[in-house]
Amino acid sequence: MNGPFYKYGMFNEEISLIVAFVIGIGFGFFLERAGFGSGRKLAAQFYFTDMSVLKVMFSAIVTAMLGVFFLSWMGFLDLSLVYVNPTFLLPQIAGGLLLGIGFVIGGYCPGTSAVACSTGRIDAMVYIGGIFAGIFLFGFVFPLFKDFYYSTPMGSITLPQLFNISYGTLVFTVVLMAVGAFVMAEWGEKKMAQKKGAEL
Amino acid sequence: MSLALDEKTAMTKEEIKAKPYWNPYLSGIGLGLVLLLSYVIMGRGLGASGAFTTTASVVVETIAPDYARNNEFYSEYLTDGTRSPFKDWLVFEVIGVLVGGFISGALAGRIKRTVEKGPRISTKMRFVFAFSGGMLMGIGAKLARGCTSGQALTGGAILNVGSWAFMLMVFAGAYALAYLMRRQWT
Repeated sequence: MNGPFYKYGMFNEEISLIVAFVIGIGFGFFLERAGFGSGRKLAAQFYFTDMSVLKVMFSAIVTAMLGVFFLSWMGFLDLSLVYVNPTFLLPQIAGGLLLGIGFVIGGYCPGTSAVACSTGRIDAMVYIGGIFAGIFLFGFVFPLFKDFYYSTPMGSITLPQLFNISYGTLVFTVVLMAVGAFVMAEWGEKKMAQKKGAEL
Repeated sequence: MSLALDEKTAMTKEEIKAKPYWNPYLSGIGLGLVLLLSYVIMGRGLGASGAFTTTASVVVETIAPDYARNNEFYSEYLTDGTRSPFKDWLVFEVIGVLVGGFISGALAGRIKRTVEKGPRISTKMRFVFAFSGGMLMGIGAKLARGCTSGQALTGGAILNVGSWAFMLMVFAGAYALAYLMRRQWT
């Protein structure tokens, strides 16, 4: 059996939409399990009191990254058929900054706001209203900064290709970085808890 | 006075009833496996903001059909009329996210009509911030061609250059503004 199954024509588009729904359920389930239906818990990441965002995000990235790496290495997954979103460096850097600012102001990102909304968070519903307003605004002014939107194109490119080092080496480096980040996150949380204890 | 007290006790009861969140590493591994499954089955990762854009585009098309079809941004998310724009992978996935979040929340007793905020800010102000933050997020996600799901997680796992640049900037932006926002959260 070879993956990606859909790309090998194992099922049609109608079925793919059911797959989408089921995968979405899994996605939403684990986001809520992690506590990401709570804007306060998410925002705590940026005050070093609860580093769950970093821990969840990087353990998810490392898990999926190792899975993709080993499955492709064993020949079960054809990486050339996996979609790599093309890079447009400058607009993505600007977009990331805006999104980060929006994250700490709004308390959510789009995916977590969906989970917060379905678990009753009224601020998340207001937030989603804001997302729509932002998208409308973006669409209306799009012709004005279309040039910027398409600037600095780099194509579908991965870090191993960019740095010209092997896929395995980069995977290993990311694992090391993630473990380092986890150790620092645990240490930081402890320090903040002590500081809070001292203040009280 | 007694009503406020009742409300308070009800809240405390609910808080006691709610089960604790899972260990973050465990939830992360679960999330990573869902993402891996998506790669193996579909050859693509997860997403969220795309479904919002489809919805927004259909709204614009309903109000001003010609404008929407001629606008380079909205037209990307619309169809020629032979099929519904909502017959889209990300739209179905996000409906799943809503359902999955609800299932998990219901199982843990965490479904609660509430507003997430720190003690030092009014609900009204929280709504103003929630709306403005959502707006910046909407613009940012479109500029970056994806959000925390579609770029950071999805692209992060396959070592996409743009996704990693984006992810670092998300943390940079959020930390840069965190101090100004402290009254809202702490």
